[in-house]
Amino acid sequence: MSNPFSLEGKTILITGASSGIGRAVAVECAKMGAAVIISGRNEERLRQTFSSLVGTGHKLIVADLSNEDGLKDLLGSLSGLDGIVLAAGVVEMIPVLFASKSKFDKILATNLFTPIELLRQVVKKRLFNPGLSVVAIDSVAGISKFEVANGIYGSGKAALASFLKYFALEMSGKKIRVNTVSPGMILTPMQTKGAVDETKLQETIDRIPMKRWGKPEEVAYAVLYLLSDASAYLTGTNIKVDGGYTI
Amino acid sequence: MEIDEFIGKFAEIFDDTDASALTAETKFRELDEWSSLSALGLLALADEEFDVELKAEDVRQAETIADIFSIIQSKL
Repeated sequence: MSNPFSLEGKTILITGASSGIGRAVAVECAKMGAAVIISGRNEERLRQTFSSLVGTGHKLIVADLSNEDGLKDLLGSLSGLDGIVLAAGVVEMIPVLFASKSKFDKILATNLFTPIELLRQVVKKRLFNPGLSVVAIDSVAGISKFEVANGIYGSGKAALASFLKYFALEMSGKKIRVNTVSPGMILTPMQTKGAVDETKLQETIDRIPMKRWGKPEEVAYAVLYLLSDASAYLTGTNIKVDGGYTI
Repeated sequence: MEIDEFIGKFAEIFDDTDASALTAETKFRELDEWSSLSALGLLALADEEFDVELKAEDVRQAETIADIFSIIQSKL
């Protein structure tokens, strides 16, 4: 009997696969039988992800997709995609009075403009198979959970979620599905480096109904569902994976 | 930038704390208005005015405004 949740025979591109949620998605996709193409900026960490992949037929492409040449390199090595997971992202906590245009430019280049340009080019160059499923890692910070100093990141994620609904609408005729997954508080390098310290990590737990941080693979499982044929009738929707954080 | 000017910038992080209430020796974490948002404001201030990347750890280690100013100077 065929398993609708299987990713056997599918080729899936994952951006931002060198760490965090992107890495977990790559590892779990491979376990479900997919051939994955992983992309990221940091070669060493991308190779670590690559070495964690089970199965065969995987590819690794080191590229900075916010750079025109990097994007071109990646596009040149793609064809017949069945899935795309947009997991590349950056975060910086900036209070609104410091939210200058240059800060917006820097963060939105990676979190908004690059994923949109990648999708546009994949479709225009017909680098996909019918039934393509696009899954973007969005965030509860977009329109569900507003916290201080997260305005640039959050509004960028809101813009991404909104644009992807238009994308889902206009691409449905090409049999492309587009959905998002919005993680809540997930323990990834994005959260643990820099401005977020131990005290903050502990305080956050008190505000999560399930009383713990989420794991990257718990986000990946929702992504796997959206990539699989089990979600064939889902497009333009969002799944929150947040331990009840936004209740 | 001299410390007096820095104190003026530092005061801009707050809503009700005026620069006149602050000196180089003010223990900023003891101010009524000090919060996690002020801490993030301080990191953003260091970035915007000095192009210096302060860490939460730097802020924790500093006691006075002069301490923070000297940490920023050391990273220039």
